[in-house]
Amino acid sequence: MIRFEDVSKEYSRGSFAVRSLSLEAPTGAITVLVGPSGCGKTTSLRMVNRLVEPTGGTILIDDVDVRAQPVTKLRRGIGYVIQHAGLFPHRTIEDNIATVPRLVGMDRRAARQRARELMDLVGLEQSMARRYPHQLSGGQQQRVGVARALAADPPVLLMDEPFSAVDPIVRKSLQEQMLRIQGEIGKTILFVTHDVDEAIKLGDKIAVLREGGLIAQFGTPQELLGSPADEFVEEFLGLDRGFRQLTFHSSDSLVLRTGPIVAQGEPIPAPRDDLPWVLVVDSDRRPVGWVSPAAPLDPLVPIGHTFRQGSDSLRAALDAAVLCEAGWAVAVDEHGGAVGVASQEDVAVAIRAARSARRPVLAEEPVA
Amino acid sequence: MSVFNLPSYVQSSFLGLVGIQLEVALGACALGLLLALPIGQLCTRLPWTYPPVLGLVTIIYSIPSIALFVVLIDYTGATYTTVFIPLTLYSLAILVPGVADAIRAVPPEVIDAADGMGYGRMRRYVAVELPVALPPLIASVRVAAVSSISLMSVGALIGNYGGLGDLLILGLHFFDQRLIWLGLITLLVLAVGCDLLLRLLQRLATPWARQRGGAA
Repeated sequence: MIRFEDVSKEYSRGSFAVRSLSLEAPTGAITVLVGPSGCGKTTSLRMVNRLVEPTGGTILIDDVDVRAQPVTKLRRGIGYVIQHAGLFPHRTIEDNIATVPRLVGMDRRAARQRARELMDLVGLEQSMARRYPHQLSGGQQQRVGVARALAADPPVLLMDEPFSAVDPIVRKSLQEQMLRIQGEIGKTILFVTHDVDEAIKLGDKIAVLREGGLIAQFGTPQELLGSPADEFVEEFLGLDRGFRQLTFHSSDSLVLRTGPIVAQGEPIPAPRDDLPWVLVVDSDRRPVGWVSPAAPLDPLVPIGHTFRQGSDSLRAALDAAVLCEAGWAVAVDEHGGAVGVASQEDVAVAIRAARSARRPVLAEEPVA
Repeated sequence: MSVFNLPSYVQSSFLGLVGIQLEVALGACALGLLLALPIGQLCTRLPWTYPPVLGLVTIIYSIPSIALFVVLIDYTGATYTTVFIPLTLYSLAILVPGVADAIRAVPPEVIDAADGMGYGRMRRYVAVELPVALPPLIASVRVAAVSSISLMSVGALIGNYGGLGDLLILGLHFFDQRLIWLGLITLLVLAVGCDLLLRLLQRLATPWARQRGGAA
């Protein structure tokens, strides 16, 4: 657990980067600090490993003041990941990862062995062990950065916008991988980002900071989206927070229809008021496209994308229905075969049901 | 008998001249580097010291060597030391900014990562900053070594203390074209050879460095 007790950083008289911050990042969870630039989120993070010294207040890790031990010892016990990875260009990948184990006195062989294990954990091929950082892509470098931070198995991890310098596709895969790794290792993570989507995706708890390091709201992603504390949080979360909130509702509750599905080559049913569109599937039941019984000879309307019932959220289902010109979403099984379809109206019914079944809890007051 | 046999008034063998040339010129450069490392580090740690230090070494560089010899000869006499000291001072004008700029060019995120992982200051300097700064650092050592080799010739003006430069002066005195050409070409070969050797050293010492824009 990382606890901020009334922590301030005053740069010049009256100019606060962080003012009286009190916050508790629970053990084994990802706590995200998010906010616009200049809100003091990075400063707050850097005060934990004392790269910035607070001018007031106390930071405790598991109830021990971070100032209780020599600063180098403290830092070797805290994983640190930064935006541009900051790999040592003159060391190979395995030696980069082995940095902290070597600093705390592990012999070279054991440290390199440990580095190889971590390469597996973060999904780097062993063949990269002897390469140098400039030979890796940005995403791979960032994986090395994460592996390096985990090498000495620290209980606490500080991550300062680790994924913001890579392209969106790589970022998504890094985020997913981080959630998977966190599921295995359960570290106490403090994570800084300016990206609301990233905060919602990764955070068990999110602290929205406003300028001067003041907490606008601290709570779970659902709490934030469901009941933003004030206009600032509302505006920061953006106009699609209702849509984003659907991420937390499973598509299980969606009632699928199987009637409007025909195999390729089978006759299209006669036009009916309750059957505006029919899904055509191939011999493996994979969806091919939509056809209107009223105009069976028109080219097929593309399906857009599909969703997996159960594992995907209502957000994915609704998006599929909105994206498709026909206004229908296609649910598939793990092999990609269509198991049913749902209209925009069907999704709306499921959303209403999910809402009434699980009223969002009121947001906690920020720890004052 | 060969072109390398020198007349007796040179008072030294050809190889002897080459040896002393390398010893004094490169020795001065090495001592300059030894001094420039802490000075350059000071200039990066306390940035306000950089402009005055840079000004000082540049002013020293602008003093004519003859003037320095005249001052020094009262203390160190007509010896190689009198040549060695100005060469060391001149090398500082190249090496101090060379070291300072090389260390300042270490990417800030590398420094930040080193700090965040728990390097102490000294350890960070030796294990991270210096190795990362090596390519531009060696580039400035190359310039300093070559200029030191050619500058040493001036030592011939205070007696035979210019290494191969002696050949130039003596050749002029005794109207011996062969000596002049021999001195000139050997100096060139030494300078170019020294540069190539350092370049090779850089390649071997920094296998991780991409072609950093030719490194000066």
